[in-house]
Amino acid sequence: MPAALKQFTDTYLMWNEGYLIWISDILIALTSIGIVATLTYFKKWKWLWKEWLTSVDHKRIGIMYLIAALLMMFRGGADAMLLRTQLASPNSHFLTAEHYDQIFTTHGTIMILFMAMPMIFAMFNIVVPLQIGARDVAFPYLNAISFWLFFFGAMLFNISFVFGGSPDAGWVSYPPLTELGFDKGPGENFYLLSLQISGIGSIATGINFLATILKMRAPGMKLMRMPLFTWSVVAASIVIIFAFPALTIALALLMLDRIVGTHFFTMLHGGDPMMFVNLFWIWGHPEVYIVVLPAFGVFSEVVATFARKRIFGYTSMVASLLLISVISYFVWAHHFFTMGAGADVNTFFAVASMMVAIPTGVKVFNWLFTMFRGRISFELPMLWTLAFVPNFIIGGATGVMLAVAPADYQYHNSYFLIAHFHQVLIAGPVFGLIAGMYFWWPKMFGFKLDEKIGRIAFWLFNIGFYVCFMPQYALGFKGMQRRMYTYPAGMGWHTLNLISTIGAYIMGLGFLFIVVQIVYSIKYGERDLTGDPWNGRTLEWSLPSPAPHYNFAVIPTVTDRDMLWVMKQEGREGELRRINPDAIADIHMPKNSGRPFLMGLAFFVAGFGFVFNWYVLAVIGLVGVALTMILRAFEWDDEYHILAEEVREVEAALGRL
Amino acid sequence: MAVAHTTVAPHQHVADKPLEYQNPVQSVKILGFWIFLATDMLLFGCLFATYLVLRTHTDGGPTPHDIFDVRGFTIETFVLLTSSFTGGMSTLAMRNGNKRQLLTWLIVTIALGLTFVGFEASEFVSDALRGATMQRSAFLSAFFTLVGTHGTHVSIGIIWMIVTAIQVAKKGINPISARKVFVVNLYWHFLDVVWVFIFTVVYLSGVVM
Repeated sequence: MPAALKQFTDTYLMWNEGYLIWISDILIALTSIGIVATLTYFKKWKWLWKEWLTSVDHKRIGIMYLIAALLMMFRGGADAMLLRTQLASPNSHFLTAEHYDQIFTTHGTIMILFMAMPMIFAMFNIVVPLQIGARDVAFPYLNAISFWLFFFGAMLFNISFVFGGSPDAGWVSYPPLTELGFDKGPGENFYLLSLQISGIGSIATGINFLATILKMRAPGMKLMRMPLFTWSVVAASIVIIFAFPALTIALALLMLDRIVGTHFFTMLHGGDPMMFVNLFWIWGHPEVYIVVLPAFGVFSEVVATFARKRIFGYTSMVASLLLISVISYFVWAHHFFTMGAGADVNTFFAVASMMVAIPTGVKVFNWLFTMFRGRISFELPMLWTLAFVPNFIIGGATGVMLAVAPADYQYHNSYFLIAHFHQVLIAGPVFGLIAGMYFWWPKMFGFKLDEKIGRIAFWLFNIGFYVCFMPQYALGFKGMQRRMYTYPAGMGWHTLNLISTIGAYIMGLGFLFIVVQIVYSIKYGERDLTGDPWNGRTLEWSLPSPAPHYNFAVIPTVTDRDMLWVMKQEGREGELRRINPDAIADIHMPKNSGRPFLMGLAFFVAGFGFVFNWYVLAVIGLVGVALTMILRAFEWDDEYHILAEEVREVEAALGRL
Repeated sequence: MAVAHTTVAPHQHVADKPLEYQNPVQSVKILGFWIFLATDMLLFGCLFATYLVLRTHTDGGPTPHDIFDVRGFTIETFVLLTSSFTGGMSTLAMRNGNKRQLLTWLIVTIALGLTFVGFEASEFVSDALRGATMQRSAFLSAFFTLVGTHGTHVSIGIIWMIVTAIQVAKKGINPISARKVFVVNLYWHFLDVVWVFIFTVVYLSGVVM
């Protein structure tokens, strides 16, 4: 028996691989015990299930996305710390080559798919229905399914670290390296299945929010009266809808190669690995716009609010959002100019890539012109927005450098590229979503995050950012390639790498300060009693913080862009804040349901079965998926009424009658 | 059909809209489904692209010429196109408020769908018996995956249609069941359109070129 046990612990638990795994096991065990014990001690299991796990309320789902995204940022950030520690000195043996490969793979995958994506979905969920004057999204039940597919996809991905082994072929997962012949372990399967599961959820979210914005707006809110964040969600949803199916297919075909033995991307029997690379980037490039467009939306709201001015060039803002989303489909080959597709193909994609800079430049100028002669106040959301501008401009300019196809033969896969995409992805989505988090935090929780600690975090993260990534441009020019697990002394890379590592630690410290800030503010943060802590412009700030379950007791009629601001100027904002009790009617709301959670769990079981080729388990999971869907078809009564009297009581308690 | 009339009547003031669009909660679901079809179309688009790239990569194994059976795929085409027509008839019966006709047409459509899947399965089996398996070459991998994905869609459509028919039988024709009938038929027509492309891009050009 001990032999069999050792076989099990070595194969699946990887206890023979050293202390990193043991530490992780212990930490995971302690955290799990801690969570279970806390919930049991405070008798919160029922509360957790009834109020959160079964909730279809967009505000709660948004908060769950936000928590998950912050946790994943911690995991992805811890990966980054390990990578930078390994690279701080030449000939380092802190990590083995194999572990280094696994860690940069999980770092990239988690940051894009399990951190940036849930972060934008958090913003979608929390903000869009409130901004357009709706009581929920178009498909609340589907919204819950999206969340649980993301959640269980992320679980499946993360569990690989301590059970079976992490993927190790990079976040792009190119064949033939990822074919069974070269990559036998279950890690790659974990990658394929977890992305597939969360990807289904992402497609559903794109559909959901496009339908919501097209059909659920308050009366009078024409398309060109919508807040710019909502417009950015339109653009991002369109990109999700048109890009994610390509990822689904790329992953599915690679999975068929690995599990069924087909020859899509193999070297033998006529397979073509470049087909995967094309499919992957047909999704992959639009994907970076999916995560950056909502950040642009956040900046537009923040700039207008904190400069106390209407956004400059609203129409051109909308046009540039949509242009970026269209151009995003015509640039994918710039990720592999060196494939050798020929001068004309490379020229097309090079020119298209450079063109992205035009609408993006329009947006930057519009933000600057909005600030021009505005009465700017430098609160946390505005600080992050201001920091974004120069940062993103450097990232954009190096992007144009990379877009020059002949020059790209020099930069390709060097640290110059690494510095470039970290700069656009951190300055864009990360700064944007942190700004959005600060901005809408009072709306979510009813209190502000502490300004002082937030400023420390801001400066640490920003200075750390430049210290970390500026040296990497130089390293790229000095010939350092990405994904090297170590390098010999005497290449002239040591000092720059050491500086870069120090910068990474400073950023890590900045993140810890954000955590401290959140924990501190839960107790001591300034309470938001007005529902309008920033002197806001759009409908969400006419509601109390946090908004009641049904959002709007009476759906407002919209006559202007920046509705709340216009009414403030005319001294009429009371019309939005004081509800006429007679106008309140019964409200239809969707019922909570445990099925989305169970469906996610069933997908998890099926995915787990496929990862290890345990087909019985896979079939059990798939049957579970089918059952939840069929049961849903027979559920006709999925709404309930909140009676007008109840609404009046809630509004009276909030002092709004 | 007096019974049907009583179940359709309630929303007279919005009667200028078809039944499935009368309730806004239901009509937004139809819009959502159209958007879903766009994603599904792109899914097939990627499979078609893969097939077109790998079509000639036969690795010395069976070519399209060798395995495509003209009689077989012609029958499949006729069966599926007919099922799309009968599916359309079920939507029409739903709009006329005729529950019995609606159920009949749904059952005919389901039967035709099963026939189609049966023919396709036997085609696949006979291919495999002749050594043309999806592990043989990149061409065959792409062929079986593209056509098989369509077949899986049809199979799911059949289950969905059965579930819808049961609901119509139990609850009659009302805005909710009308939306369900309408949406499952949208899906069914969409699969028909995809098949038209499979018929031309895969089978016809396979035997002609």
